[in-house]
Amino acid sequence: MKRTHDEWPLALPLAALFVVCFFAPFVVLVAMSLHADAQMQTWSIAQYVKFFGDAFNLGILASTVWLAVKATLVCLLFGYPIAWVASRAPARWQSVLVFIVVLPILTSVVVRTFAWIVILGREGILNDTLRLLRIVDQPVPLLFTETGVIAVLAQVQMPLMVLPLLATLTRIDPNLADASSALGAGAWRTFLRVTLPLSAPGLVAGCILVFSACATAFVTQTLIGGARLIYMPLHIYQQAVGANNWPFAAAISVVFTLAVMVVIYALNRAGRTSKAYAHG
Amino acid sequence: MASGRHALAGARVDARRAGERSGAAPMPAAQRAGLDTRSLQGVFGALTAIAVVFLVGPTIVMLLTSFTSTESLRFPPQGFSLRWYKALLDADQMQAAAWSSLIVAFWTTLISAVLGTLGALAIARSESRFARVADVVFMSPLILPALAYGFAALVYIHLLGFHPSIPLLVLGHVVVCVPFVLRTTIAALAQVDPALFDASASLGAGRVMTFRRVTLPLIGRGIAAGAFLAFMASFDNVPVSLFLADERTEMLPIHLWQQIDTNLDVRTAAISGVIIIATIVLMVLAERFAGLSRQLAR
Repeated sequence: MKRTHDEWPLALPLAALFVVCFFAPFVVLVAMSLHADAQMQTWSIAQYVKFFGDAFNLGILASTVWLAVKATLVCLLFGYPIAWVASRAPARWQSVLVFIVVLPILTSVVVRTFAWIVILGREGILNDTLRLLRIVDQPVPLLFTETGVIAVLAQVQMPLMVLPLLATLTRIDPNLADASSALGAGAWRTFLRVTLPLSAPGLVAGCILVFSACATAFVTQTLIGGARLIYMPLHIYQQAVGANNWPFAAAISVVFTLAVMVVIYALNRAGRTSKAYAHG
Repeated sequence: MASGRHALAGARVDARRAGERSGAAPMPAAQRAGLDTRSLQGVFGALTAIAVVFLVGPTIVMLLTSFTSTESLRFPPQGFSLRWYKALLDADQMQAAAWSSLIVAFWTTLISAVLGTLGALAIARSESRFARVADVVFMSPLILPALAYGFAALVYIHLLGFHPSIPLLVLGHVVVCVPFVLRTTIAALAQVDPALFDASASLGAGRVMTFRRVTLPLIGRGIAAGAFLAFMASFDNVPVSLFLADERTEMLPIHLWQQIDTNLDVRTAAISGVIIIATIVLMVLAERFAGLSRQLAR
């Protein structure tokens, strides 16, 4: 206990940085959003009335959340098996799998997006292959579609799902699965009734990280989605830099940040409920 | 007595029947169990295999395309050459942007490593509620929309009367990169037996001495892994750089983005190749010296 008292001042530099460079900007952002003008002379809620009064804005918010949900589900579909296989693999192969999963997120965002443009374009590999195999006659539009954006987001954000899952899966006592099969449960039943519930904390952590990363993935959304698919980050950018309407851009930013926080909170709650279930 | 014997006989018959049952039906049951296990492994193995192709494919495609000898980005590339890599030597703007990004990433990593390690020392060994809250707060830049933060920072410095500049950009980067150092260092500290610190203290070592001779050697790899991630995140950052870089300084990811958006130049593929190779080399080094994959998986 004495040690605790001795050490908390070590966090002061970081705390000071966060107060000055993280909280203060957000406070100013909220203040800006509550003004009618960029000079911050008149207080008003006009920006929020404007945001919520226009179906266009609400549509962008909904499609951003929906995009992130879909990309998270794709990450879950592939990320869980990867983590499951990696948790059972010998240490060496586990490292190789982690490497493969982490490589895309560590490679520069613009580079990896560029690679996908080469793959998904009208004359890209995918369309060439499909035409070669005579599956399609005309190039299929893949670039500038939501499907394309989801595929790229899933590739890039995969480690955010796999790593927390791998961490929880390796911590599960293997005796529990053995006990389950000794009691006559098959492999699938053991997986669904024992392994899956026990891995819930990693699952929830992974979903939170992937969801928030996908919702805010400005570069991927914009380069793969093109100018016609507008998501919240591009909306903020266009209003802030293109239209130079800072109060409205601030209001969009506040709404977007709150929306992400609400989803994270809901996921956290779901996680706590499932944890209670898993641990009886 | 008699009923007892009957019961005994009955039990024996039951046992024999059970024996017959298990003797007659072991094959199907075992087969079913084997099939069950194999179908689970098969489904998960197949999904993993698809995912691996999907994860690695684009990087390989990009690398191969960058060695093309033509001016098109078609895959497979026609002919192999290093001409686009040679062309990079004359790409002054791109080099300047790469240099700015490296400088910013260097300072960001240094400051993040120091502040993150100090913060981790304070948080990891504390059991107070306050430390839990601090942990959530310090990790939040990873989860909250980065572009909203970038814009908030711009509005903020304008209000204070500053203009976007490199030092301010570094501070913005530290906020979004320090969570990586914090995460890996807290994880590393959790593995250390606290008795070691007590032992060091009872042997008369001061706090600084304990940190240098006991703590640092034990958590050094954790800090290094976090610093590596912070460096990559800073080098790659777009949402904060977009708002906080001054007009004269262009950061590499933003420069490349504009290149891709305006004219798809094969030189962009070559610099992408350089970035990919550098990333892989750095990852191997991080694995060698910081046990990166183990740090990430805990």
